[in-house]
Amino acid sequence: MTLNRNLKIAAVVAFLAIVFIAVPAAISSSGRFDLYYTLTSVALLSIASAGVWLTFYIGRINIGQGAYALTGGYVCAILVMNHGWSFWLTLPVAGLFCAAASVLIGLPILRLRGVYFAMVTLVLTEVARLLALALPITNGAKGIVSIPLPGALSVFGITLIPDFATLQNSRLAFYLLAVTLMVVCFAIMYRLVNSRIGKLCQSLQQNEELASSIGVNIAYLRVIAYAVSSFFGGVSGAIFAAISQSIYPSSFTVTDSVNFMLNCFLGGLGYVFGPMLGTLVLYFGWDLLFQTGQFQLLIYSGLMIVLMLVLPNGLLSLAETTRKKG
Amino acid sequence: MAEMLEVSGITKRFGGLVAVNNVSFSVREKEILSVIGPNGAGKSTLFKLISSFLRPTTGEVRLKGERISGLAPHIAARRGVVRTFQETTIFKNMSVRDNVIIAHHLRSKASLFGFFLGTGTAKADEAAFGQSADEILALLGLSSLAYEIARNLPHGHLRALGIAIGLATNPSILLLDEPFAGMNHDGTMGMVEMVRRLRERGLTILLVEHDMPAVMKISDRLVVLNFGQKIAEGTPAEIQANDKVIEAYLGSEDEAIGL
Repeated sequence: MTLNRNLKIAAVVAFLAIVFIAVPAAISSSGRFDLYYTLTSVALLSIASAGVWLTFYIGRINIGQGAYALTGGYVCAILVMNHGWSFWLTLPVAGLFCAAASVLIGLPILRLRGVYFAMVTLVLTEVARLLALALPITNGAKGIVSIPLPGALSVFGITLIPDFATLQNSRLAFYLLAVTLMVVCFAIMYRLVNSRIGKLCQSLQQNEELASSIGVNIAYLRVIAYAVSSFFGGVSGAIFAAISQSIYPSSFTVTDSVNFMLNCFLGGLGYVFGPMLGTLVLYFGWDLLFQTGQFQLLIYSGLMIVLMLVLPNGLLSLAETTRKKG
Repeated sequence: MAEMLEVSGITKRFGGLVAVNNVSFSVREKEILSVIGPNGAGKSTLFKLISSFLRPTTGEVRLKGERISGLAPHIAARRGVVRTFQETTIFKNMSVRDNVIIAHHLRSKASLFGFFLGTGTAKADEAAFGQSADEILALLGLSSLAYEIARNLPHGHLRALGIAIGLATNPSILLLDEPFAGMNHDGTMGMVEMVRRLRERGLTILLVEHDMPAVMKISDRLVVLNFGQKIAEGTPAEIQANDKVIEAYLGSEDEAIGL
């Protein structure tokens, strides 16, 4: 037991050392500063994917995370541009706005299961895009551009985070921001899943009727899980808007929603850290296949199909089987 | 004996079909009462009405004088009316012990947020649930299977697990859905023993069942349904001598009602 615990602590420390020290050190010595942007994207996408994973965990196939990421991006952009808010304040507000929206949307649609829920969420992504095109506040297809970089964050006169515009290396700053949020997000997820709430979510996934017969308020729990999921979507969308300093209706589309779901599948639906690994592998996998030119999509989708056939429980199930054998 | 559950004038219509028609009866404290009837008599519908999985068209169900019909199933469960399902309804991918632990949810004092933060109350809850789950598993003879994944259990043990899940909610009245279906003689007798032990622990039990010999053996009283209506109510001896019941079952073998 204690050995297991020590091992876990060691793994966490190693992971933190890699993302916060080793990766920045390796990048600055090799001079590949473009990797910051890539890794920042991976971190942010994995936050949104973690949200999707949580809805999988209550037994719902969610292809609608793009809608919340887009909404989060717009909330952040509009508050910063039109109302002069600080980016740091818009970040939680974007998440909460998405969570609130998802409660309203979730109440009716979470009654659906299986492919029906999946279809509705798929449509949701498209609805969000069309809304962004049509609403006056989102500035239509032109989107919102020239969003200023995040300013300084000070509490009681102490500057916690410096103004990004004054930094020489704002890429590193964004990387650190995204990775920090990713760590926080997955820590929350880990705690959720390993507490009683995780067991309750599993009970929903496996048999909703039985869950309600033992007194679980299934409607409430479903909405809570969906709201947490959408919160993550909104936060990751907001940071994307800040990094690219712009947001368009096409910033998050159905393809992104599908990718969030694939990240979860690839990493493993039974593992909290599945979406993180899945996002990393998928993102880099896609880039590595770039050299194959016109065959990129073909090879990519072929590999996905094979992986799902061979490893239906995701990449992390590999670690489990070796552990059992060893 | 005090009345635990009271069903009064309950009717359920599905479009033009009247599945349950103006049925009234009551279950006394610590009693084993069985609802029997030929196929299509409305037993299952009645079962769902009592456990609040269906809302009655008219009439009501009261538990210790409080109305429970029309509430959501999880609220009815909180009030103390808990049903079991036929054996496939378990949490398949959890261990047997986890199945029973999660079913203690109703007793938890800590909130969801408390569990997230791992507060003292939450930890105390977890420890108490684990202990109680072990006791229940021992009572139902499942201790040796505690860490088995539930989907790997054989038939008879699955049914015992279903009852263990029901017990863990600490109900006032436990509704058993065909506990003897598909069992051989030994299995049935084992289950009869188990149900009796539950009653000895102070539970009130209402069961819906096909297996006449078992029902006659176990029940204090029976309610007989036919075409959605109650046609008889009484002790096993009274029911076996009742002309209406014999008529309802005519066409099926006499053996079926234990004659």
